[in-house]
Amino acid sequence: MAINEEDLVREVSVLSVQRLHKWIRLGWVKPERHEGAALFHEVDVARVRLLCNLEHDLEFDEDTVPLLLSLLDQIHGLRNELRSMAAAINEQPPAVRERIANAYRRIAES
Amino acid sequence: MRQWLICVQFDILCVQDKTKGRKNLAGDPYEVLGVAKTAPAADIKKAYRKLVKQLHPDLHPGDSKAADRFKDVASAYDIVGDEAKRTKFDKGEIDAAGQERPEPRFYREYANQGGARHYQSNAGFEDLGDASDLFSDLFGHASAAGANLRGRNVHYRLEVDFLTAALGGQQRITLPDGKQLGVTIPQGVTDGQTLRLKGLGHPGRGSGPVGDALIEIHVRPHAAFERQGDDVASELLITIDEAILGAKVEVPAISGRVMVTIPKGASSGQTLRLKGKGLKGKRGGVGDQLIRLRIVMPKVIDDELETFMNGWRERHAYNPRAE
Repeated sequence: MAINEEDLVREVSVLSVQRLHKWIRLGWVKPERHEGAALFHEVDVARVRLLCNLEHDLEFDEDTVPLLLSLLDQIHGLRNELRSMAAAINEQPPAVRERIANAYRRIAES
Repeated sequence: MRQWLICVQFDILCVQDKTKGRKNLAGDPYEVLGVAKTAPAADIKKAYRKLVKQLHPDLHPGDSKAADRFKDVASAYDIVGDEAKRTKFDKGEIDAAGQERPEPRFYREYANQGGARHYQSNAGFEDLGDASDLFSDLFGHASAAGANLRGRNVHYRLEVDFLTAALGGQQRITLPDGKQLGVTIPQGVTDGQTLRLKGLGHPGRGSGPVGDALIEIHVRPHAAFERQGDDVASELLITIDEAILGAKVEVPAISGRVMVTIPKGASSGQTLRLKGKGLKGKRGGVGDQLIRLRIVMPKVIDDELETFMNGWRERHAYNPRAE
C-alpha cells in the first residue's frame, strides 16, 4: 500500500516536491528507500499530512516544527511503553497485580 | 392570484433547494468556523487556525472525540478558506460537503503500531533510567527500526568498606569474562547507590551504542562510625574526672585522629559536633562528626571515693529527675 513521491504530491494538494524534499532532508518524514526511489507507506502519508497542517496551515516555522515533532514522538514513545507495561502487568496473576496496584497508589500519592 | 401563488411556491422551492444544498452532516461551514458569512479571508483563516490548535487530533493524542470535531472544521475550511470555492458556495453552486474524498487518517492512528517505529523517540526516558534500571533496560528497545539498538546494561554488586565510601577511592571488580575493572568510588557514596559506567555494558546492534555497566554499591558497616545523612556518628567513653573537670581527648575521625575538648561538666548523652569532619554531601557541602559522650565509672569504687561522695552529697544534692 505504499505510494511514490509523484503520487504523494498529487494526493496532498498543498504539498510541493520542493517542500517534501526539504522535509526528507530534515528527517521529518522518513520514507522507505527501494531501489533508489522513495516509498511512502500509509503512516508516512499521515505524517506528511500532519506536517502540512503544521507548516502550511498553522504556519509554524522551521524551528518550531521539529520541536513539536520531538515532543509528539516522545509522547507516542511514552504512550507505547506504558501500553506495553500495562499489558505485561495484566499477564500477571491477580496477587501480583494487586501488589503493583498498591505500591503504585502509595507512590503516586506521596 | 394563481400566478402570484405560483411565484410564491417557486420561491419557497428555491429556498428549500438552497438550504438542502448547504446542509451537510457538518452543518453550515461559516457556523462551524464561528465566523460571519461576510467575514474577510484573513478572519476566516485566523478562526480556522485557532480551531486547529484546539482540535487537531495529533496535537491531542489521547482525545478520542477530537477527530470528529476536527473533521467538521477541516471540511468547513476546505470550502470557505479557498477564495474560488467560497464564491461558488456563496452562490449556491457547490455544497458544504465539497468533493467526495475518503477521509485521510491522522498520524496518531499509526503512531502506536510497529510501522511507526522509525519515528518514535526514546528521548523521554533518559532521566527515568535514574529512577529504575527497569526503565533504562526495557524501554526504548522495542522502538528502534530493527537495526540500531542500544546494548543492554550489565548489573554488578560491589561491597565497599565504610571509609572507602566516605573518602572515595579505587576498587577492582571482576567482569564475567575474567577481565578486571577499576572502579572509582566517589567520595560520600551511599549504601544502595548505583554507579553508571557508560559504554561497559553489552554491545549494541547495528550502529547502536554499547550499553552501560550499573554497579550497585553496598557499604559495609564500621565498628566505630555510623552514617547519619551526611554526618558521621560515633561514641566517646569518658571518665568521671574528664566529665567533671573537662579535658582534651584524642578521638578517631574518618580523616584520622583529632583532638576534642570535653567541656567541664559534660553529661552522658551530650553530643559534641565537629564541623566539616563528616561526609561529602550530594550537593557539595560536608557534614559533621557527632560525638556522643558516655561517662564510664571506674571499675572499682574505692573507699576514698565513697567517703568523699557521702560527704559531698550532704551539701550539694541535686536532682536530675525533677522537671
